[in-house]
This record gives sequence, C-alpha cells and structure tokens, in this order.
Amino acid sequence: MIPAAFDYESPASIDEALQVIAGAGDREVKVLAGGQSLIPVLRLRMNAPDLVVDLGRIAELRGVRDDGDAIAIGAMTTHDDVTREPLIRQHALLLSLAAQTVADPQVRHRGTFGGSLAHADPAADMPAPALALGAEFVIAGPSGRRTVGASDFFTDLFTTAIGEGELLVEVRVPKHTGWGAHYEKFNHVAHTWSIVGVAAAVRVEGGTIAEAKVGLTNMGLVPIRATAVEQALVGQPATADAIRAAAQNADQGTNPMSDASADEHYRRHLAKVLTGRAVLAAVG
Amino acid sequence: MGTRRISVTVDGVAYSDDVEPRTLLVHYLRERLGKTGTVVGCDTSNCGACTVHLDGRSVKSCSVLAVQVDGSDVTTIEGLAQNGELHPVQQAFHENHGLQCGYCTPGMIMQAVDLLKDNPDPSDAEIREGLEGNLCRCTGYQNIVKSVKAAAGAGSVSAGVAGGAA
Ligand SMILES: Cc1cc2nc3c(=O)[nH]c(=O)nc-3n(C[C@H](O)[C@H](O)[C@H](O)COP(=O)(O)OP(=O)(O)OC[C@H]3O[C@@H](n4cnc5c(N)ncnc54)[C@H](O)[C@@H]3O)c2cc1C
Ligand code: FES
Ligand code: FES
Repeated sequence: MIPAAFDYESPASIDEALQVIAGAGDREVKVLAGGQSLIPVLRLRMNAPDLVVDLGRIAELRGVRDDGDAIAIGAMTTHDDVTREPLIRQHALLLSLAAQTVADPQVRHRGTFGGSLAHADPAADMPAPALALGAEFVIAGPSGRRTVGASDFFTDLFTTAIGEGELLVEVRVPKHTGWGAHYEKFNHVAHTWSIVGVAAAVRVEGGTIAEAKVGLTNMGLVPIRATAVEQALVGQPATADAIRAAAQNADQGTNPMSDASADEHYRRHLAKVLTGRAVLAAVG
Repeated sequence: MGTRRISVTVDGVAYSDDVEPRTLLVHYLRERLGKTGTVVGCDTSNCGACTVHLDGRSVKSCSVLAVQVDGSDVTTIEGLAQNGELHPVQQAFHENHGLQCGYCTPGMIMQAVDLLKDNPDPSDAEIREGLEGNLCRCTGYQNIVKSVKAAAGAGSVSAGVAGGAA
C-alpha cells in the first residue's frame, strides 16, 4: 500500500527541526528517523500525519563521541553503526551485541538507535540494554535541553518522556569498560521481534561477580531492570550453578503480557532461563 | 500537498524528478524509471524482495521514501551486470540453481552482494544470517546458500558494483 499524502520537510539542524515542528500549528507532525517502524505504519495507513519531518539530513544527530565517563551516541546513529562503532564496543559492548540482533541487515542499515528508543515498542531490543547500562536521554525542545534518566524515560507502551515538539537528540551511556556482556533474544524465526530478551552486563573480579546489570525486553509495557537478579548475583562465584540460582528471580516485579506468541507464564519461565544464559555468556 | 524535486543517481545514470513525498523508493524505481527488476513482495517490510543498495548499503526500497534519497546513489539489480557480463553473484545463482520462481531473486542477489562486501568468505551459517531479511517461498534456501558460497569462492567482491557501492 501507499501512505496517505503528507507534507515533508528535511531540516539541516536540530534548531531548524524544532522550529519546523513548532511552526506546524494544529497539523499533526511525525518525526522520521530511519523510518523502519514509521514507514511500515504509514504504508498500512495506521497513521496519517499532515507533516513528516525527516531528521536524516541533520549531521549533528549522527555518530558517537567520548564524553569523559560516558559515551554520547547521536540519536540518528544506525543499528548497524552501533554494532560496529569501536567506542561503543569498547565501553558499552552490550549495546553492540543487542543491536546485532535487531531485525535484519537491511533494517539495521536504516533503523536508528534513537528511533528504537523513542518508539518504545515493548518488544524492541535496544531499550532494555540502554536501561540496564543506566543511559541518560538528552531531549531538545523549544525551551532548551533537558536530560532524563533511564528509569524515567520509558513511561508506558510506545510512550516515553519525549514531549510534544521535542526531539531525542543524544543518549549518554556510562562507560562499562572491561565488563562482560551478552544479549539473549528468544524469537520464533529469523529476523523477528523478541518474545523475551535479556540484556546482561557483568564485572567479574577474581572469579567473583562484583557488579551485575540485567534488563528485560518484553516482560511488561516498558523495559524492566531485573534488580532482584542483580542483587542475587553480586558476591557470587561466576559459576553456572550460582548464576542459574540467581536467575530464578528474573520474573520478580515483571508484568508480562499474554499474546499470540506466548502467554504470561511462558514468558516468566523464559525470563529465568534466558537470564541464566545471558549472564553465563556475559561472564565468559 | 505538493511535490519535491529529487536528484538521484540510479545504476550510474543521473535523474532529476518531481515526486510526491509519500512515494516509496520502490515505486519511484519501478513506475517512474521503469526499473521493474526490483519487485515488491509484501506489505510489511519483511520479505526483502525490494532490496537495493543506497549509497553502498542494502536497504528495503519499500521502506524508504523517494524524497529521502535526494542526492544519493542507488544500485538496483539492473545495475549489477557490466558490459553484458553477469555479476559473479548473478552468475553463481544461475549456475547453482539458486532460484525457482525467481521472485525473491533480485533481493537475494542484492543482499548477497552486500554480505560478501562485508564478509568475503562467509560460512553457511553467516550466509543464512546475512540473508535473514530475505524470504524465499520456493527453494528451501539450500541452493541460495550454495550460490553465495560459490560466488564467494569466485572472488565476487573484487568485481565491484556500478555506482558507489565501494
Ligand atoms: C521487518 C522488521 C523487523 C524488525 N525487527 C526488529 C527487532 O527484532 N527488534 C527491534 O528492536 N526492532 C525491530 N524492528 C524495528 C526497527 O528496529 C526500527 O528501526 C526501530 O524500531 C525504529 O527506528 P527508526 O529509526 O526506524 O525510527 P522511525 O521508524 O523513523 O520512527 C519510529 C518512531 O519514533 C519517533 N522518533 C524517531 N526518532 C526520534 C527522535 N530522535 N526524537 C523523537 N522521536 C523520534 C518517530 O516519530 C516514530 O514515531 C523491525 C523493523 C522491521 C521493518
Ligand atoms: S517488498 Fe520490501 S520487504 Fe517486502
Ligand atoms: S525462488 Fe520463488 S520465492 Fe525464491
């Protein structure tokens, strides 16, 4: 199918984009990033905005830079770049590994890190790793910039702290240099969304788990931090038995849905099994 | 709601056209430029039949707007052959029975070329993973994997692709 007609603007800077959006008045505006969620939606006419504002020409939204104790990832950095970018692999390996599981190569060449986070699909693979690593979200609006912590960013199904007229411009991810990482994704067939996914990053010191961060994909309306698992892991030996025992806490505080792919109980079971696998793989 | 002028190079030829913003790249290629080698196989961005190269990387042309490629370089299946000679990946599909009905083939070949550029000597598993965004309803994939393997052996990567696919 073909999308319904819309007007199109492709501003060259963040400021210009904000002005275009502010100037749209009553017209319904949609921001276009990689288009790998939005264009399918427009094609199916599940959405028909009056104006599409394409961020694709804004160079300042792309790329990764070293920002002291964090790395700053531009919102328009593609999934493919997240998998390859040396700074990300070195300091936030978990993000690279998760991005590698998103969709297929063609979608990863277009789809963006910021688009995935802003879209906030409960089955999307980038939100849980970003949450686990304690990412901070830099949001630009007509009255300037503000920074929102990961625990306040994902507010509901397909809903984030990004307000009307605002743009996600950058994501700051605290450095986790030298941490082991793994993203364990369970899906039915190639190139499909996660039924459940588990993002794990761990720091091992002399055979003991010193720190652990675990995020869950599709175990509720928003990504969830498996804090009970994290607490149970710290101080444990990095062995299969200890890790599997800690992983039994993975469904605590979750609220998984039942849908055509899996019911709630199966998702709870998956969360425990996949958490065990993810942490075990992360400790190496 | 008006049109926008885009300038784009497709298979080595420069074009300038007025398009509606809602025009999908695949429709621009097929209906405006007559490049019907690129096909549409689904409505959900899943099948990969429409795969082309945009500035040297594979994309699903049903999931890109024509206005987004203004100033870019596009290579379609029709731009692979050089001087009447099939591209090594095309030749390998031909020789290894890598197609049956052939509907998925333009996309398979474009994605295979992208894959080999990244990884000139892929394992069977890496080929299957590299082609995970391309669906085939006929072959069971066996001969597709064989074709890509054969093309890799034949050194298709060095053969290059018209128009900026470096
Ligand atoms: C076949 C297929 C399979 C897929 N499989 C997976 C998968 O397995 N896992 C997965 O995680 N994803 C999957 N995806 C989705 C893909 O990862 C998308 O790239 C991603 O969800 C959205 O990113 P985008 O850049 O394409 O955003 P777009 O589609 O351009 O935008 C998505 C939404 O976010 C808003 N938005 C985008 N950027 C910003 C910004 N900077 N500021 C404010 N709002 C913004 C847009 O307005 C829009 O509402 C799949 C997609 C397809 C087509
Ligand atoms: S037609 Fe583009 S993915 Fe199916
Ligand atoms: S050969 Fe028929 S769909 Fe692949």
